[in-house]
Amino acid sequence: MNAALVIIGLATLGALALGLAAHRGVRMTLEQWTVAGRGFGGLLVFLLTAGEIYTTFTFLGGSGWAYGRGAPTFYILAYGSLAYFMSYWLLPPIWRYAKRERLLSQPHFFSHKYDSPWLGVLVAAVGVVALVPYLVLQFQGLGIIVSIASYGSISPTLAIWIGAATVTIYVMISGMHGVAWNAAVKDALILVVVVFLGIYLPVHYYGGIGAMFRAIDAAKPGFLVFKPSGQSILWFQSTVILTALGFFMWPHAFSAILTSKREQTFRRNAALLPLYQLILLFAFFCGFAAIMQVPGLTGTKADEALLRLSIQSFDPWFVGVIGAAGVMTALVPGSIILISAATLLANDVLRPLRPGLSDSAIGVTARALVPLIALLAVYFTLNNPPTLVALLLMGYAFVTQLFPALVCSLLPRNPITKYGAAAGIVVGVVVVAFVTETKIGFADMLPFLPARVGDVNVGFAALILNLVAALLVSWATRPAPIAAASSSS
Amino acid sequence: MRLARWLVALPFLGILIGTAFVNQVEPLVFGMPFVLAWIVGWVVVGAAAMAIVYALDPLNAVSEGEADGERQ
Repeated sequence: MNAALVIIGLATLGALALGLAAHRGVRMTLEQWTVAGRGFGGLLVFLLTAGEIYTTFTFLGGSGWAYGRGAPTFYILAYGSLAYFMSYWLLPPIWRYAKRERLLSQPHFFSHKYDSPWLGVLVAAVGVVALVPYLVLQFQGLGIIVSIASYGSISPTLAIWIGAATVTIYVMISGMHGVAWNAAVKDALILVVVVFLGIYLPVHYYGGIGAMFRAIDAAKPGFLVFKPSGQSILWFQSTVILTALGFFMWPHAFSAILTSKREQTFRRNAALLPLYQLILLFAFFCGFAAIMQVPGLTGTKADEALLRLSIQSFDPWFVGVIGAAGVMTALVPGSIILISAATLLANDVLRPLRPGLSDSAIGVTARALVPLIALLAVYFTLNNPPTLVALLLMGYAFVTQLFPALVCSLLPRNPITKYGAAAGIVVGVVVVAFVTETKIGFADMLPFLPARVGDVNVGFAALILNLVAALLVSWATRPAPIAAASSSS
Repeated sequence: MRLARWLVALPFLGILIGTAFVNQVEPLVFGMPFVLAWIVGWVVVGAAAMAIVYALDPLNAVSEGEADGERQ
C-alpha cells in the first residue's frame, strides 16, 4: 500500500459517500433513478452533457493516441465541437417531444415517433450493443489507473475487478442523482490536473510546447500531420462526420438531455461546451510529452503513456491525485452507461415483451441487471480488447446508425416509414458488425474503387448504406397518401 | 438571424474541408502544429458564431418560464 493507492482509495470512498448523500429524501422511482425526475438546472445539465468530454477516453485514450498515433488524435477535438454546434437545433425538439409524452429513454422516443414498439426494442438492442464497448473502455481505464498507481503491486486483472465492483455498487445505491454531483467534482478535479500536466510536462522536459512539437517533428517526421494513406485526411473527415452525428445518439446522452428542466439550457450550452472542450488540448500535450520520455509503449500499452510519465515525474502522493482524477473519469461515465444499459433492457426490451409488469417491478429489474451487465463488460475487458480510442470508435459506428431515423422523425413530414427506419438501422449495424468481425476493408470488397476509399471510416460507409436502405424500404412500404402517422412533432 | 445561422456553417467547412489544405506542421501557432491550431481556431470561431446566434434568436429573448412552451 503506497501513498498513491491510499489517495485513490479515499477518493473512491468519497465518491460513494457523495452518491449516497445526493439522493437523500428522494423516493427512487424509475423516473428518479434514470432521469432524476427531469429536475436538473443549467449547471448540472451542462456537466452531464459535457460528461463525454472528460471520461477515461479523453484522459487516457486521447493522450494515448497522441502518443501512439500523433495527428489522428486531433479528430477528438473536432467532432465534439461540431456536435455541440448542431445541438442548438437538434436537442430542443427532442426534449420538447420527450417531455410532452413523458418519455424516459431513447427507444421510447423511437417507438412513439414511429408508433412501433418493435422499433423501440430494436433501438434498445442497438443501444446496449454500442454501450458495451464504451463500458469496457471505462473498466479498462480503471484497470490501467489502479494497477499503475499501485506501482505494479495490484495486477491489471484484479484492478479491473475492483473497478467494476466499485462502479456496480455505486450505481445500485445512488442512480442518476449521485452521478450528477460526482460529475461536478470530477470535472473540477480533472480540469486542474489535466491543465497542470499539459503545461508542466512539456515545459519541464522540453522547455515549452513549441519546443516539444519541434523535437517530435525532428525525431518522427510526418507524425504531427495526417498520413498520406491509412489514417489520412479522408479518414479524419469521415470519422469526424460519423462521430459528430452519433454524439447525441448514445442512450446515455439521450438520458442526459431528458434530465433538463428547460430547453433554453441546450441553446446556451451550444456556445459554451465547444470552448470547454478545448481542455482536451492539454491531454494531447501530455501524450506528446511522453513520446520521447517513456518510449516503447506499443499497442494498447500506449494508453498508459500519461500515467507512466506521471510516475517518472512526480512523488507518489501526486500520482495518487492524478490517479484519483482518473478514477473519477471512469467511475462517473461508467455509472451513467450502466444505468442506461440496465434501463434499456428492463424498460425498453422487457416491458414491451411483458406488458403486464408494474413500474416497481421494472425498477427492481433494472437495478438487478446492473451487476450482470458489469460482469459481461469485465469478461470483454479481460479478453484482449483494442486501444481505448478503437473501442469508442466501434461503439460510435454502431450507435450512429440511429441518426437517420431520428432526424427524419423530427421533420414536419417524415420521409421514412417504420419499416424503412428498421431496415436502415439493421443494414447499418450488420455492415459494421461484419466489417469489425472479419476485418475486411472496403477496398477489398469494392476493388474497382480508388485505393484511397479504404481510408473511409467503416461506420460512415455503413451510415450511407443505412440511409439508402431506409429510403428504398420506405418508398416500397409507404401507404397511400394519408401517411402522416408519425409526424406529430 | 437568418444571416447569423449561416455563420455556423463556417466551422463545418473549415474543419471538414479546410483541414485537407493545411495538413502541415509549420508554422507553429501558439506552439501547436499548424493543422492542430487550424482546428482549434475553428472551434473558437464556431463558439463565437453560436454566441451570436443565441443572442439574436428570438426564442431566447422571452422569459425563461414562457420559453418552456408547454409547461403545465
